[in-house]
Parts: sequence; C-alpha cells; structure tokens
Amino acid sequence: MSESKISCTLQVNGETHDLRVPADATLLDVLREKLDLCGTKRGCNHGVCGACNVLVDGNLVRSCLMLAFEAEGSAVVTVEGTSESRTGSDVQQTLIEAGAIQCGFCTPGFVMALTALFAYEPHPTGDAIRTALSGNLCRCSGYVKIVEAAERLAAIDR
Amino acid sequence: MTMATEGSPPRLDAGDKATGRARYVDDIHLPGMLHAAVHTSTHAHARIIAYRLDAARAIAGVKAIVTGADITGVRAGGIVKDETMLARGTVRYVGEPVAAVAAVDLRTAQRAAAAIEVDYAPLPAVFTPDAALARDAPVLHEEFANYVKTVDGGGQGNVVFESAITEGDVEQAFGNCAAIVEGTYETQAQHHVYLETNGCVADVDSAGRITLHATCQSVHHIQQRVAEELAEPMAKIRVIATRVGGGFGGKHASNIHSIAAWLARATRRPVKLVLSRLQDFEIQRTRHPARIWMRTGAAANGTIVARDVRITLDGGAYADESPAVLAFALLMSRGPYRIANVRAHGKVVYTNKLRAGSFRGFGNPQATFAGESQIDELATKLCMDPCELRLRNAMRPGDTAFGGQPVRSCALRDALERARAAQRAAPVLPPRDGCRRGVGFAAMSHISGLMGTAASVQLRADGSIALATGCVDIGQGADTAMVQMCAGLLGVTLDRVSYAQQDSDVSPYNWKTAGSRSTYMTGRAVAAATIEMRQKMLDQAARMMECAASDLELRPGGTIGLVGVPRTVSFKDVALHSLFRAGGPIAATHGFVFDGPGFDPKRASIHRLAFANLGVYTFGAHCVEVDVDTATGKVDVRRAWCAHDVGRAINRVACEGQIQGGFVQGMGYALTEAMHWNEDGWLTTTTLADYKIPGVLDAPAEIHPIVIEDPEPSHPLGAKGIGEPSLVGAAPAIANAIHDATGARLRTLPMTPERVLDMLP
Repeated sequence: MSESKISCTLQVNGETHDLRVPADATLLDVLREKLDLCGTKRGCNHGVCGACNVLVDGNLVRSCLMLAFEAEGSAVVTVEGTSESRTGSDVQQTLIEAGAIQCGFCTPGFVMALTALFAYEPHPTGDAIRTALSGNLCRCSGYVKIVEAAERLAAIDR
Repeated sequence: MTMATEGSPPRLDAGDKATGRARYVDDIHLPGMLHAAVHTSTHAHARIIAYRLDAARAIAGVKAIVTGADITGVRAGGIVKDETMLARGTVRYVGEPVAAVAAVDLRTAQRAAAAIEVDYAPLPAVFTPDAALARDAPVLHEEFANYVKTVDGGGQGNVVFESAITEGDVEQAFGNCAAIVEGTYETQAQHHVYLETNGCVADVDSAGRITLHATCQSVHHIQQRVAEELAEPMAKIRVIATRVGGGFGGKHASNIHSIAAWLARATRRPVKLVLSRLQDFEIQRTRHPARIWMRTGAAANGTIVARDVRITLDGGAYADESPAVLAFALLMSRGPYRIANVRAHGKVVYTNKLRAGSFRGFGNPQATFAGESQIDELATKLCMDPCELRLRNAMRPGDTAFGGQPVRSCALRDALERARAAQRAAPVLPPRDGCRRGVGFAAMSHISGLMGTAASVQLRADGSIALATGCVDIGQGADTAMVQMCAGLLGVTLDRVSYAQQDSDVSPYNWKTAGSRSTYMTGRAVAAATIEMRQKMLDQAARMMECAASDLELRPGGTIGLVGVPRTVSFKDVALHSLFRAGGPIAATHGFVFDGPGFDPKRASIHRLAFANLGVYTFGAHCVEVDVDTATGKVDVRRAWCAHDVGRAINRVACEGQIQGGFVQGMGYALTEAMHWNEDGWLTTTTLADYKIPGVLDAPAEIHPIVIEDPEPSHPLGAKGIGEPSLVGAAPAIANAIHDATGARLRTLPMTPERVLDMLP
C-alpha cells in the first residue's frame, strides 16, 4: 500500500521549499522530518502541550494539529527562525537570564508563544502573560520563572 | 572575581535549549535508520497461545519482527528480576510490549505492529492489592520463587517484598498517650509526564557492537540492563545520553532500550524507538498507589511519643524499583520528628496494571501525605497550633533518623519558622466570593546520599580543564552545578571547564541521576577529584619554580603564585611542562560509594530493607494558602512558601527552580493527576487531555522559595540535594489548608472537587 503524496510549497523561516509530502502529514512532521528543523518538539501530538508551537503568518499555531499543505502560501516561523527576529531573540535571552529553562523540551513552544504575545503587545500585564502561556505545559519549572522572565521583558522599552 | 560557586550563572545548556539547537533523542537521524513500533497486550492477564505475523511480514518495508518467543528469556529488573523486554508466555497488563517491528519508516512500522495478531487464553486478573491478596487470587508470577533476587524480600503469592522497621516499644508508648489519632490514607497512580516521551536510537557496527543514544537517567544502568537482556558483555553495549526532556524518576530504570537494541542487532541497521504519548503512558511506569494506615500518639504537652504505620503499595505487574520504594516509604514514615517509639511495616503487591516504580520522592510523598495530615489531626485533638506542634517535635542536629543514623545538619525548625514568618508578613490577598481561605503547613525530610559515583578531571594544554562525570542532567541543572564546583575550586571562569556528555565508554561510573543525590554525591566526587588535581598542579608548579608546594597558592584566573611574591606560572605553563617536559599529564579521578553512617541495629530492628545504606538528610517546610470554592469543591492554591535546607546553594536560581517546579508537580499530585484503569484493566487516561497536569493558570502565581544554607559537613562545598523534597510536602500542606478552610479532612488523593464536596461538613 503506497500512501498518497501531494506537492506542497512551504515558506519557512524565509526560505521556500518545494516538497512532496503525504497528504495527511502534519506541519510538525514536515518541519522535523523533511526540513530538519528539529527545534519544534513533539510533546503530545494531540494539541495539548504546546511544545510544537510555530508562527503561521504571525499567529501562534500548534504544528501537530495543522496539516502541512494547509500552511501553503503562509509564512511559517519556527524557533530556529525566531532567533533572527529582535522580539524572538529578546524572548530567548530573557528566558535564559531568568533561569526559566530546565529540561528545555517545552522551551521552544514557550519561546513561540511569548514571541507571538510580544509582537503585538510589548508591555503585557502578568495576567496577559499567563493567559498567553495557558496553552503551554511545562513539567519542570512550576511556571514561576517563565512568567517572571516575561514580566522582566514587559517592563523594558525595547 | 567572584567564585564560580557564588551567584547563579545562567545554565550552560540554556542557549541551545532556547534556540532549538539542543539535541533530544527524537532529533537524532542516522543514515539508513529504521523506525520501531511496539505491539502491546490487549489483555490484563493471559497466556500467549500463538503469534500471527504473516500479515505484518507481508507489508513492504518491514525489516524485522521480534516477539517474546524470540528472546533469551533472561529476566531482568532491579532487586527482583522478573521482567523480559517483551512478554514471554504470559502478559500481565494491558499495554505490555508483546512484539516489535522495525521498518523503513514510522508509518510502516506502526501499520505492521497493528497487523500483528496474538491469540490469548485469558486468565483472571487483579487490579487492587486487596484483590491480589485474596485467598483465591490468581498468582501473577508463578515462577516467582525461581526468579533471581539480589535481596530476599520474603515475597510469596502476589507479595513482591515485605519490610519492617521498629524502634522502641510502640504498644507500651500508646498506653501512656493523652491523644491518639488514627486514619487510613490513600494515594493514586501518578505519571511523570516528562514533556519528552521515552525513547532511544540503537546503532550497530560490523562487529555487532551496539551504541544506544538514549534519553535517560543513567548510561551505566541502561548499559547493564541491555547487556543482560541481549546476553552480551557490557563491553559490546555503549550508551550515550542525549539531552533529556525531563525524567523525574520515569527514565530511572530501563525497559524499552533492549527492544531497539535487539532490532538493530537483527537488522544491522540503526533503529529508532521513540514512544508516542499514549504508549509512554501505557508501558512506562507510575508512582505507587498506596494505602497507609497510621496511628500517632502524643502526651498532653504535645510531645509525640508513638507512631504505628502499615503501608501497602500497589506495585503493578513487575517489581521494577518497588522494594526500594517500599523501604524508603518506611524510612520516611516517622516524619522529620523525634518520636521514640515507631513501628512501620509494609508490603508491595503485584497487580495486573502498569508497573509502579521510581518517581520523584520515591515513596516519601505517600508516607508524608499520611504523616503530615496526621500531625494536623493530632494538633486539632490537642488543641494546639499545628506549626507549634511541628516545632516542638522537630528533629535537631545530632538526632537520629528512623533506622538510627545520626543526622549532622538539620535546619527543620528554621525552615518551619521562616515559612510561617514569610506567610504572616505577606499582604493579605483579597477574599473571593464563594470561597473559604485556609492555611496549611507540612514538614518533610529527604535524603541526598546513596550508591556510587565518580568524577575525573584533566588539565589540557592551554590550561583548560576537562571534567567528566556519569551524572546525566535531566533538566535540573547538574551540568552547570558540576562545572561551577570544579571551576570554583580552581579559581577559573566557567568557560575554562569543558563538561563531557555522558557516554558509557568513557564516563566515570554513576549509579543514577536520582534520589536528589547529584549535587551531593557526584558533586563530592567532582570536588575531591578537582582538589586532588589542584594539588598535582601545585606540585608541578613547585618543581618548575623550585620551591615547596606549600609556599604556592592558587590565584584567580588560572595562575599559581608564590605566597607574598608577584611571581606566577599559569595553568598553561604547568600543563605544557607536564605534557612535554616532565611529570606527565595532570589528571585525577575520585570515586566512592555512599560512606555515611549506616543503620544502627542497637536502635532499630530492621527486617528485610532493600537499602544497605543511605543518608545525608535534608529538611524543609511548606506553608500554603488555598481558596476552596464551597459550591464546586474546587481548590485553588493561591500562594506557597517553601523553605528548604540545601546545605549550600551551588546555583541559587537552579535551587529555586527545583523548589518551584517540585511544588507544582506535587500540586498536580494533590489535586488533579490520577491514572485510571477500567474494569478490564485498560488505562483510560492516555493523553494529556485526559491526564491533567497543572498549567500556568492552575499553578499559584506566587511560589516563594526560601533557600536555607546550613552547610553539610561531609561535602567540601557544603551542598545537599534539593530535587525531590519540594514535591513531597505539597499534597499534605494543601490537605491541611483545605481542612483549615473548611473543616474537611481529605485522606484520599487527588483531592478533586467531587471529593472535597463530599467531605464538606
């Protein structure tokens, strides 16, 4: 039984990729397995944990819940790509400095959620930060230092 | 220059983790790599009659299929060797691996695994210890008497292990008590839910030597287990640790690595086996469900004089770490108190469910939930403040732990007082409509010394230092702490010390990243090796400078100088001289097995305890505030103050992270997390949507870590462990706060809204 593949053009981190992928391949499958962008993590594959978060046209998306072909025509940004943006690298730096990273498996998902938040709201409140992170699970930190990191960034005029 | 052990430098691995560069096991892709999928049991207890593999074999791209009939049959495990990598002859829980497939891609492997059919003859199954201990209960392991056991636990029938510890005369002491409380406490199966599921990649060379890349808590343990199950010498198995996306005890013992290794050996190709979340829930391990009956008695002045404890642990289908978990639960059942007369008896029982094993706290959360709930119940009966009752009975330096070991450093009273003072000093949170507010305390003890470990340091040509240990960083920050200790003792910056990824070919032995032991045990090895190498560097410099080593001193930044004189030689000079002129490479290795004072047979009668020795006790106290919604029963933990004696904080921010993270994992245990099996033994909580771990909106916004530093004399830098205690105290502190708020005494975990509502007076 051969699976049906479809052609699909994806723009990821500013680069265009012409791909043949299974019709039911998720964006997460393609990022990790075809494009070697392994920073995006598979934590649950059910859309619960947020470790696979990416930006699609600036919106936070769980890449395990989006079929790859659905992202055609959109600009996809992963944790690798977000390092290139000012907001993304600021988010990464504040998490590092606040000691908000432990095992790190959830971190790319948190980076993307915070990047999405700070891209449209540079000075979010603590409640806004917590709401923005409510779709991300972390098992190590108890969330306190992640929220503190974001609050530090929110207090800065960048 | 500040010492590398002062302050909290950011973690060495944080940059890679923040940018997605860190490599976890599922990020490994090797040329020609196959993917494995596991076919699991659909019966809780059944004999395997036949395997039907033709349909799976016929699928294009399938390269190998292995079933329990193909494997050696050597049973592996911890103290009781009762398990095979795939079920042989009998399945004992739904989800037990029965067969495995290697195929060209994951989809094909999964399709083939699903196409395997197995004929079973069902057997009666037991899902609770009560059912397993019933007179006519089916016996899970009929060959139990013939299994290899490293310690005889007196098990028979479905009893895996039975232990007891007694100090003093409990019966007589209860006769003299003014107040006695008694109750039964029940706790549930909790899953670790490390964000990265378990897995490995096995590779094989032309000589048949297998290299495993594994997310794990010990390369040495996996090496030993796989060698045993594949009947290969350990020299033919190499294990390399990847970055680990959380462990919490769940990656402490091995059970899936041999499957990948077997398939790699059979196909002569690399094989990746990374569990789906569903299979990780179904085939890994849980915290032991426990039933604890406990009775505690005190004199009228509040001095606790007697405690009697009976613990029954549900071990699931295989023993795994059960005997050791039972032993530790018993040791912790006295609590961190001076109680002269204590009797603790426990057993762990086989049932037809997923194995229970190691999980952060290791039996202590169950024992402490019972014990600390009971302290509050006793305080109510004595009309005393619960925190005062704890202070009155708290252990002090020089006291002995249960089992008779002397305790040298103990800051428990300080922890209780500081947690209480911080809560009292905090501004009062505004009340919420429909909610009652309560405050609860819990005190706790844990250990950080056990088993063996080692470290090696070498001086490189430019004066850099190469540090290696077998301690895998599972997220807690061990890499950074080890480098800080080494760099601090040599007066160099962190970037002058390299730290080796764990590799069983070269890493010094380490038992496991477990038992809150890394900073204490491996840290001691790092410190001792570094101090020994430092002396060799001074000796070498003395020969170069033609003086006595005792006239030399280490100066910050990597130089050695003559005391009172500006003349120096650099580490580089010393290294080059040793490498190319005289003396030879400068290096040191230090290894030891826990060497603290052992159990005292004159104080305590110890019957079949699975541990030879452990110690270096840590102490802590939690104070929590909860709001209980009296209409819905929902409990909201508003704030927590968690005071912990860490000996000395090597990295304060990392200590705080352990305390906060442990508290929230303990809060999940207290309130929402529970694995459920249906009447046929099928696990029904197999996704993160069904099994609820706390999210950011569930966790309190304020978790105040109070880091107490009371240096441990046996560690050159004074450090003790902090990995587990913060989880241990969470559930009883929350239970006590619920009682304070509402008068409801919850003795069953998790304390769901339904249970709270049922108990509201």
